[in-house]
Amino acid sequence: MKTTERIIPDRLQSPIQRYLKSWETLLLAVAVAIFIANSFASPYFLNAWNLSDATFNFTEKAMIAFAMALLIISGEIDLSVASMIALASTAMGAAVQAGFGTPVLILVGLGTGVICGAFNGILVTRMGLPSIVVTIGTMSLFRGISYIVLGDQAYRGYPSDFTFFGQGYIWWVISFEFVLFLIIAIIYGIILHKTNFGRAVFAIGNNPTGALFSGIRVQRVKFILFLLTGFMSGIAAICLTSRLGSTRPSIAFGWELEIITMVVLGGVNILGGSGSIPGVVIAAFVMGLVTFGLGLLNVPGIVMSIVIGALLIGVIAMPRIWKMTRTN
Amino acid sequence: MQVITQDQSSQDRTKPVLVLDGVTKVFPGVKALSEVSLKLFPGQVMALIGENGAGKSTVVKVLTGIYQPNKGDILLNGKPIHFSTPQTAANAGITAIHQETVLFDELSVAENIFLGHAPRSNFGLIDWPEMERRSVEILDGIGANIDPSVKLRELGIANKHLVAISRALSIDASVVIMDEPTAALSYKEIEELYELVDKLRSQGKAILFISHKFDEIFHIADRYTVFRDGQFIGDGLIEDVDRTTLVKMMVGRDISQIFPSRDSHLGDEILSVENYTHVTEFADISFSLRKGEILGFYGLVGAGRSELMQALFGITNLFSGVVRIDGAEVIIGSPADAVSNGIVYVPEDRGKQGAIIDLPIFQNITLPSLGRTSKNGFIRLAEEFKLARKYTKRIDLRAASLDTNVENLSGGNQQKIVIAKWLATQPKIIIMDEPTKGIDIGSKAAVHEFMAELADQGLAVIMVSSEIPEILGMSNRVIVMREGRIVSELTDDDLKPETLVQYAAGINRER
Repeated sequence: MKTTERIIPDRLQSPIQRYLKSWETLLLAVAVAIFIANSFASPYFLNAWNLSDATFNFTEKAMIAFAMALLIISGEIDLSVASMIALASTAMGAAVQAGFGTPVLILVGLGTGVICGAFNGILVTRMGLPSIVVTIGTMSLFRGISYIVLGDQAYRGYPSDFTFFGQGYIWWVISFEFVLFLIIAIIYGIILHKTNFGRAVFAIGNNPTGALFSGIRVQRVKFILFLLTGFMSGIAAICLTSRLGSTRPSIAFGWELEIITMVVLGGVNILGGSGSIPGVVIAAFVMGLVTFGLGLLNVPGIVMSIVIGALLIGVIAMPRIWKMTRTN
Repeated sequence: MQVITQDQSSQDRTKPVLVLDGVTKVFPGVKALSEVSLKLFPGQVMALIGENGAGKSTVVKVLTGIYQPNKGDILLNGKPIHFSTPQTAANAGITAIHQETVLFDELSVAENIFLGHAPRSNFGLIDWPEMERRSVEILDGIGANIDPSVKLRELGIANKHLVAISRALSIDASVVIMDEPTAALSYKEIEELYELVDKLRSQGKAILFISHKFDEIFHIADRYTVFRDGQFIGDGLIEDVDRTTLVKMMVGRDISQIFPSRDSHLGDEILSVENYTHVTEFADISFSLRKGEILGFYGLVGAGRSELMQALFGITNLFSGVVRIDGAEVIIGSPADAVSNGIVYVPEDRGKQGAIIDLPIFQNITLPSLGRTSKNGFIRLAEEFKLARKYTKRIDLRAASLDTNVENLSGGNQQKIVIAKWLATQPKIIIMDEPTKGIDIGSKAAVHEFMAELADQGLAVIMVSSEIPEILGMSNRVIVMREGRIVSELTDDDLKPETLVQYAAGINRER
């Protein structure tokens, strides 16, 4: 109100202050706590090879989670990701039966993902259908095609050089998948946080009308995000198929929920508009550590999913409970 | 309700029914109200005047029990009273018609009116016949001919507003607060609202009328109270005061002229629109615009002005017709096309369309200009802050930092952000849709001055406005639209309020 102060500062809070108060910092503390708890709970935990194995719990899912994070930030969602893996894997299996080698398999895997993503993208951006409905539909559709092609059969016989993607190691305990995960994380981090495209994603997620009225090509950005999600599902399909060495129609069943859990745990607002890639990276580690730790303790899978669910709700409720206790 | 009215009209009109005495309300870091006083008299309209941030809304919230004051007394008929909840304020006979009342499209008119305090039958169930009967009574009382059983969705905007008013009057009130009731209304609806205010006044109700528009205040109010920066500045009878004095009290300084004087020298034609037609919204629109010109578009709400502007900006693209910029035909299929052709649009709905309020100021300003601040698609924050600084300086923005989210700014400053955002793209044509709607008089004058400055620098401006003083004060030329068509184009001596209204309402043709 006073007219004396005219110079508006760029920022009031330094970026470091902002990081210290952020969700990512809280999540990192949770990750460290789980790591310490695990190392006390099981003598097998602090073993380089065991830890390396643990990364396979999350690397493939996390690759998709990065693209999903962008999609959710923009206000859309893709529930068909696991089914895209199944279809891409089935297509690769069929290519093996037809006698093709590894380079073609990769193209088939990626291509299937991109085509599926484009299909979702066209339905959402051109026809204006809600993405949650579209991708519930394509979730059944894509996997349905796999079931029709394979029935209760499985494709095997992948070439030996194809095994590298899911089973290869770059150096000592560092797997190819883990390195790929890190590279993809960095690329997505740059896309979301350092490019005009990423800025548009945030703008659209916060206010699609406002973004449109600001001259952003909203539908085009969303279409690209669906394409990217399909493409990442293709990459994940290659890694997973290579690791398992076979394709069944039930491959990656139920992954979509784990991937979305990872994204939300990483601090991405499920309603769109905010989130970060570092958050998703930490969330991937948290989920990997929890499942691995519980696995070492021979906890059955169903209990694991209960724990993951409780973790999700707990971590999300924590800041709110914290606030409530402080204000009262 | 009618029974009580007669009692009230015989009341002593010099004795205030409601008094605020030395009321203070403090929020963390801000003193929203500092020992303010306010007296409301039965059968009189009290205008509460002040810029945005003067504390008007806080007073409304104190009176309706939403906020509790930290200090001071509220006296109802001379007795101190404490409004601990909105319910206690309602029970004490205080009701408010808000600028934008939340109504429910899928409920009936009667349900909307009585939501939360519906009459009950002996079994504790809603007494539907009684509710409809009383709805009709209230609707009739304000001269609204609306069937209480239809769903709200089926009503037009004007009738919805009447339902909102009926809702406020459904509690037996002696004090009616109207918080910028005309902000969303067209000329005709405003006239009807005036009649309603007169009716309420003659029923002996005390009315607190909050408005930014001086015409309204002088038209409708009996008394005034001025607040500035949360403090009581003065009050009195409206007949003892003039416009200049009120403005001075409001802003604490002289505003020499309400509208800036312009020496307009028009340049070449920059935009020409021919036979522009939309399937449903408008038809056969042809006009041209020159550099340095401010072209006003006047009409009633629903005349198709915003729709036309949004089509020019590429939001809706179901049209035929030709648009030329600098003589060359252009096809605008999206706002991105419009921006690259040098047409930008400041929408009426700031919060939803104009700004992305959850993002910081600097990101809002650079959003359409990211191509220039970035390098190969990569963000350069330093460049962004530089651009944002340059244009926030130009518009004289007041904000804590450029990293503040836009939602924390006042309406006037939000509007400045939207304008700055477009200036940063260096446009040729700027379309402003109700550019000063709902912003305080200080910001309003700043926007007007700025608009004039832009035109003087050779920018072509299209201004859609429903405020006649603004249209007359700013435009070189005015186009009047009615029911999706251009009905008249006025310049110089033809620019009179009566003429505009007659064309807009269709009186010139029908009678």
